[in-house]
Amino acid sequence: MTTSTTRISAPLARGIHGDRKPGPLLFLILLWLSLLIAFGVLATLLVTILVEGWGKLTPQLLTNYPSASPDTAGARPAVLGSAWVIVTTAVLTLPLGIAAAIHLEEFADKKRWFNRLIELNVQNLAAVPAIIYGLLALGFLTLLQVQNKNIVIGGAVALSLLILPVIIIATREGLRAVPREIRDASLALGATQWQTVWRQVLPASVPSIATGSILALSRALGEAAPLLVLGALVYITFDPNGLMSGYTTLPIQIFNWTGRPQEGFHELAAATSVLLLGVLLLMNALAIFIRNKFQKRW
Amino acid sequence: MSSPRIDVSNDTPHPQFHAAPGDHPVADTPSGLIRCENVDVFYGDFRAVTDVNLSFGKNEITALIGPSGCGKSTLLRSLNRMNDLVDGARVEGQVLFQDDDIYAKDIDPIEVRRRIGMVFQKPNPFPKSIYDNIAYGPRVTGMKVSNMDDLVEESLTKAALWGEVKDKLKQSAFGLSGGQQQRLCIARTIAVRPDVILMDEPCSALDPIATMRIEDLMHDLRREYTIIIVTHNMQQAARVADRTAFFTALADDTTGDRTGVLVEYGRTSQIFEQPADQRTEDYISGRFG
Repeated sequence: MTTSTTRISAPLARGIHGDRKPGPLLFLILLWLSLLIAFGVLATLLVTILVEGWGKLTPQLLTNYPSASPDTAGARPAVLGSAWVIVTTAVLTLPLGIAAAIHLEEFADKKRWFNRLIELNVQNLAAVPAIIYGLLALGFLTLLQVQNKNIVIGGAVALSLLILPVIIIATREGLRAVPREIRDASLALGATQWQTVWRQVLPASVPSIATGSILALSRALGEAAPLLVLGALVYITFDPNGLMSGYTTLPIQIFNWTGRPQEGFHELAAATSVLLLGVLLLMNALAIFIRNKFQKRW
Repeated sequence: MSSPRIDVSNDTPHPQFHAAPGDHPVADTPSGLIRCENVDVFYGDFRAVTDVNLSFGKNEITALIGPSGCGKSTLLRSLNRMNDLVDGARVEGQVLFQDDDIYAKDIDPIEVRRRIGMVFQKPNPFPKSIYDNIAYGPRVTGMKVSNMDDLVEESLTKAALWGEVKDKLKQSAFGLSGGQQQRLCIARTIAVRPDVILMDEPCSALDPIATMRIEDLMHDLRREYTIIIVTHNMQQAARVADRTAFFTALADDTTGDRTGVLVEYGRTSQIFEQPADQRTEDYISGRFG
């Protein structure tokens, strides 16, 4: 007895096929190489600063004030200064940015030319170099006749201007991701536009707003240029203690130490970079966690 | 099939799935709880619906049927000012609810929507608990509710959903099946005590069993509410509606723009058995559309 069946068409093709042909294979290899280069650069950077800064990565870095000797110097004022500036920035930007986004997305008549202009401007502002915002804040403080411009609130204003467009855009995207049907359902029950936004749309978009805001704040945390313009590159040996207090931040402390001739300060700079990277990594991880955990699937 | 708590199943025979429209006494002329007088609906320059005159009867189910693009959903959405939310949408003519022009300047569209509720094509529960889905409407409209728990139970019972969800009121509404979600949306609409419920193809996303339950529910709801339903499904119109309005799309001779017009309106039995217009007959017999 034979169990073979009759062929009705050509046998199935064998041999090298699909993505294993030379062309696609080469492309695949190139893709892998690109990834490898990107990853390689990052790994080199991380390993270099870890190796260089490892010796200085001690509690002393967090508790000591900068000093003339690398052996006793620490970044305590910079850590506190960064915290002050970022928290102030968040307090200034989040309500403003979220409110602006809600207005643009939910209430503004998108056909009006000035609303379109504002929209276009917000998009463009997100691409303006950071140092420009520093100059703007500088001009602003000069206008207010503030003598010492290296104050927490000054730096926070500059960083707020920098990340405001980013937060507006992130919030708008979050609001836009809430389906039309949810708004319709709420309005059809006799809710007002405001109630609909406040009770349905905004709660549903909190995860994406939080994610966008954290990422924007982590950008502000790593920013040095606008603060340098405001004169934040100073030798500070006290804890910043208020909005009008002088301050320095982690990136500026790193910048400062990198410029010193002594090898010890370079190690301190590397250690502080590790610290800053660690904080940024934590913030980004938190953003990803929030996004994955709370994001709604419609 | 239904929970024993549904009051109508105790004292009255449950409406049959295949209840013929004629089973329910239908007045000769509709009472006109909502009336459309020379209604045109525009989206920008595009006239989606032209010159509709229609009178809807209180405690009746009226079906709006017709091929795609005939403007039936547009007309439905203009009955409770949901069209206001569409950019460039505009209504000419008059839509009267209890003789009040709902588009009059001093009429609050929010109030119109509370009195004339709407159930949508795709079940759209809020991303909240079942309980909060029902309680949302009464809360935002500032309804005086002596006991929210009772109102939630009453609304879910009327929507024939109480028995299925009474033990999981605090769970997310997203955990319900599509048909249950749609009944939840109906319960949610009932909770604000509207006079009229508009339904925009409420069963188009549901399977036949879930569709049957919604149709049964509509028969029950007719005692208290006036229902206007848009449907693509002619059998559905024949099964549930007391009156049926047939719309079609007409192309303008010069511009070629298509606009929706009302072709024929009457008792469902008449529309389906003795249509006066050839186009109605062609449509219901499946020759076009």
